[in-house]
Amino acid sequence: MTAPSPAPDLARLPGVDPAWSRRVTVADSTGTKHEWHLLDNGVTDPVGTLLCVHGNPTWSYLWRRLVAAAPPGWRVIAPDQLGMGFSERLTELRPLAQRVADLGDLTAALGVTGPVITVGHDWGGVISLGWALQHREQLRGVVLGNTAVAMPPGDLGPALIRLAHAPGVRPAATVGTPLFVRATTALSRPALPAAVRDAFAAPYATAERRRSVGDFVADIPFAPGHPSRATQEAIAEGIRDLDVPALLLWGPRDPVFGERYLADLRGRLPHAQLHRYEGASHLVTEDAPQYAKAIAQWVADLTEGRPAAPSRPAAEATDRHPWSALTDRATDDSPAVVEVAGGTGDGAWTTGGMVTWAGLSRRVEDLAAGLVAAGVGPGTRVGMLVEPSADLTAAVYAVWRAGAVIVVADKGLGLRGMRRALRGAGVGAVIGSAQGLAAARVMGLPGLRIAAGGVSPAAARALGATTTLAELEQRGTTAASPAVAAPDADCAVLFTSGATGPAKGVVYTQRQAVAQLDLVRSTYGLTPADRLVAAFAPFAILGPALGIGSVVPDIDVTAPGSLTAAKLADATAAAGGTVVFASPAALRRVVATAGELTDAQRSALGGVRLLMSAGAPVPLSLLQQLRAVLPAAEAHTPYGMTEALPVTDVSAAEIEAADAGDGVCVGLPLAGVEVRVSALTPTGRSEGDLTEVPGVTGEVCVRAAHVKDRYDALWATERISSRNPGWHRTGDVGHLDAEGRLWIEGRLPHVVTTAGGVVTPVGIEQRVEALPGVSAAAVVGVGPAGAQVVAVVVVPAGTRPSRLPGAAARLAPADSDLAAAVRAAAGTEVAAVLTTGRLPVDIRHESKVDRTAVARAAGALLAGTGGSRRRS
Amino acid sequence: MRVLVTGASGMLGRATAERLLARGDEVTVLQRHPAELDCPQVLGDVADPGVVARAVAGQDAVVHLAAKVDVTGPWAEYERANVTGTRTVLAACAAAGVQRLVHVSSPSVAHGGSALVGVGAEPADPAGARGHYARSKALAEREALAADSPALAVLAVRPHLVWGPGDTQLVGRIVERARSGRLPLIGSGAALIDTTYVDNAAAALVAAVDACGPVHGEALVVSNGEPRPVAEVLAGLCRAAGVPEPRARVPFGVAWAAGAVVEGVWALTGARRTPPLTRFLAEQLATAHWFDQRRTREALGWTPEVSLDEGFARLAAAYR
Repeated sequence: MTAPSPAPDLARLPGVDPAWSRRVTVADSTGTKHEWHLLDNGVTDPVGTLLCVHGNPTWSYLWRRLVAAAPPGWRVIAPDQLGMGFSERLTELRPLAQRVADLGDLTAALGVTGPVITVGHDWGGVISLGWALQHREQLRGVVLGNTAVAMPPGDLGPALIRLAHAPGVRPAATVGTPLFVRATTALSRPALPAAVRDAFAAPYATAERRRSVGDFVADIPFAPGHPSRATQEAIAEGIRDLDVPALLLWGPRDPVFGERYLADLRGRLPHAQLHRYEGASHLVTEDAPQYAKAIAQWVADLTEGRPAAPSRPAAEATDRHPWSALTDRATDDSPAVVEVAGGTGDGAWTTGGMVTWAGLSRRVEDLAAGLVAAGVGPGTRVGMLVEPSADLTAAVYAVWRAGAVIVVADKGLGLRGMRRALRGAGVGAVIGSAQGLAAARVMGLPGLRIAAGGVSPAAARALGATTTLAELEQRGTTAASPAVAAPDADCAVLFTSGATGPAKGVVYTQRQAVAQLDLVRSTYGLTPADRLVAAFAPFAILGPALGIGSVVPDIDVTAPGSLTAAKLADATAAAGGTVVFASPAALRRVVATAGELTDAQRSALGGVRLLMSAGAPVPLSLLQQLRAVLPAAEAHTPYGMTEALPVTDVSAAEIEAADAGDGVCVGLPLAGVEVRVSALTPTGRSEGDLTEVPGVTGEVCVRAAHVKDRYDALWATERISSRNPGWHRTGDVGHLDAEGRLWIEGRLPHVVTTAGGVVTPVGIEQRVEALPGVSAAAVVGVGPAGAQVVAVVVVPAGTRPSRLPGAAARLAPADSDLAAAVRAAAGTEVAAVLTTGRLPVDIRHESKVDRTAVARAAGALLAGTGGSRRRS
Repeated sequence: MRVLVTGASGMLGRATAERLLARGDEVTVLQRHPAELDCPQVLGDVADPGVVARAVAGQDAVVHLAAKVDVTGPWAEYERANVTGTRTVLAACAAAGVQRLVHVSSPSVAHGGSALVGVGAEPADPAGARGHYARSKALAEREALAADSPALAVLAVRPHLVWGPGDTQLVGRIVERARSGRLPLIGSGAALIDTTYVDNAAAALVAAVDACGPVHGEALVVSNGEPRPVAEVLAGLCRAAGVPEPRARVPFGVAWAAGAVVEGVWALTGARRTPPLTRFLAEQLATAHWFDQRRTREALGWTPEVSLDEGFARLAAAYR
């Protein structure tokens, strides 16, 4: 006994081709016939079939983008479950086992023979996996959006669904009113278009048509005695045996299926590839429309048999590990790390902490053994929430020695950014200072908490830590020495600055870390006689691995402006520093405070032979000014990024020797590093084959043994960045010159696409910034891709250079003299010259200009008053 | 080639006729009053079938510029000149076996008051067009493109804000206002405005005569492709004419409201003189108007010869 379903008017719904809509009548296992509605791209003789199963209370509309983006030759079928969407209405609850069987009856009736990749979301995930387990011979892969196959231990069931499940609430919330139907599409931020929300609600206009929405909720087996419980448990356990490729696409802002459900799924499908769409909520298909292309790419890769691990130059076979330098000097009693706690201004200094090579080596071995004994072993991801210090250094090497993985998300990301990063990386333990532990508590990080930084055991407990580094070290003296990790084991997840969207986790293996250390050591001729003054967090950690003693100045490394010339001098004096590493922002402050140096401090700085600065473009003028502060130092600036550092290197003298060109000269690729560019299309897409032809502007691509292993939990991003197998696409735009030097011209999203061709910002900015009336400039495009015009936004000289992070200051048209001067200097057609008080910069380095934000502000101003108005 | 140019008494019509003459075409012109041109002239109303038939006879191509361009006056006048006039020309072309018609239109046929940022030539929209001029031109362009056929190739060309020496419409009005201190800057003055120097517009129309045939049945916006903040454009025109640059700034909302009041008063009083400020003008001076020129340049095989700055220099020379 069934109610007829009205014909859907799909032509009215955004994004659906009515030609996909079809109906088919299928007899179920009892012989009862049911009319199904489904979307079907109708590919005959397909390479394979994507079987897309929606959950509750959505319908096949959920999969419209995937139907539109079907991989070549693939059929896409998205049925409306019985009682749902525009399929036939039911008069009774249809239990899970029956729904799995129904889906099998449908695919048989549709002549689906395989190979099949199931795609499921919400409760459709379980049903699709049930089908998968019953059709193993046809199954080629499984794809899952936000879903759950089981109730993870300790969980009482998705709170919102439980609420809807409560007697009395469910009928009213799910059937009697459209509350549940409407609430499901109300979770997205930004909100979905009203027309899309209406489309999701279209099949569920009346209580009669919503009956199965309530029945679906009632069929969720929360309680052990529930009729569907056995079926659900069989599916949840059964997928542990699935050996087909799996892809998880996840919206982390899901209030229904949170992190624990993702962790549960990854536990059952450990080989699954994962992409977390930051900011996406439960309806990941709506909040991350790019999901469809990602699935299409993943399916195409399976079809073509693309190898999972592309070829790349491997580091020489070696038994070296990132901590090997410590083992080498295990009996050396000279200082390995010195922390400077404060200078007196006359060259005298006090150390806040000091550890010898022998001491550090011993400490790392004990701590590693203690960590493993406490359960932090191979593969455990450990959030490092400790300020650069001897403690952090020991902890990092101990984590590596234990075979575990450091996860580094710096305070520059802000608490929300750090939380997203650390939770997204799946940390299983945290090592934190008092401040770090407090932050870990606020962020609600899971797992073991270990106190660092001399926090007493009692204080540590108060901060939520179960143990301290000192306790673990003590415990380690009697514990077994940990096994040495395999060279290809993960060793680090580092986060990008997040200057262009959410920070991305970058995974390195031990082998890649060793390759990076070797490259840095050989490039800069570092020997055990050197002493590193590290005013830049990563290098504060890496000093011991490089085999050179290091000293950490008395600064807050997340506030580059806190390094003064005097503090730099004190740190240098403390350890006889020969090498200085600092960010350009920090060095600006050093130059600004050089007048405060005493003779003794100047003398200490005179012993520095090498200055390295990185993190953002380092202007030549800054390096030249530093010659007065560090007279004996050869100034170098490596070029690279979180994913590959270093790639090239250039000295101040080499920059001076290079004539002005279009962009910033970053020097020659380092030994063993290959650099190519992928030329840009007129609309700014980097689609050209990799080339080293001089003068071709394109996306900079790098291949080397020390390039990242992959992005973490970002399958689609990784796939795009490594679409030339073995190469990493940097997102930077530049060209190689006839001498093989690399010139950086900007970031890929910042390329201006004019009708006359692409225009890159950096060269123009340099020419404009050379004008006497200008202290900073940003070149941006305004208008549609391919037909943009150039706007130059300048900070006039004399404006107080308050390079504050955050939103752009107000823009205004420049006066005619300034506009004329900028146009004359630009060397390209400029539509508008605007002024501002400051340019928005990133938080971590305070120097990467957010041209996207500038472009947005300029675009709004140049559109005029009517830009947002429309009158009849 | 034998070419008829209608509306040759205006700045752009005359420049187009001169350019055709200069390259050796046999040019006839049609307008109400004699033009300063050394070629056969048919005098009369473009909505008069007899006059138009006489002018069109024996032509290979027609460039139809004749139109009522204004901001005041009753709808009937616009309809007769722009809609009926175009219909008359189309009928005459069909009757005489003319093969090419370049219909000169305006970007305003497709756009209301919203900002135009690098857009292409959208279809003419009489319902959405603002004011009698734009609406009548939208109706005319629609009819012209509907008449495109294998026998008669029709191309609609929409020059945007044409200016140059001798221009009484744009430059004349701006300079006159600036001279009397009545030219305010509305809003920030930053809205990007593209314009067309008259020689470039004329060259584009001549290129359209040649391209018409292989290219047909579409509308193309023509401009210099050099958008600039409106304040810079106004300042450039004023400097060239030797009049004070606009200094006073009026917030957009105030200007728009003032325009509404003025329009109301003008409508009530039935005044024929151009009102000092209209809502349309307030919007024109405060919102971006620039266009994606890629299709136009590809279709016509034309690029502007005279840059904005060169145009200002030529205008200044004309004012000296």
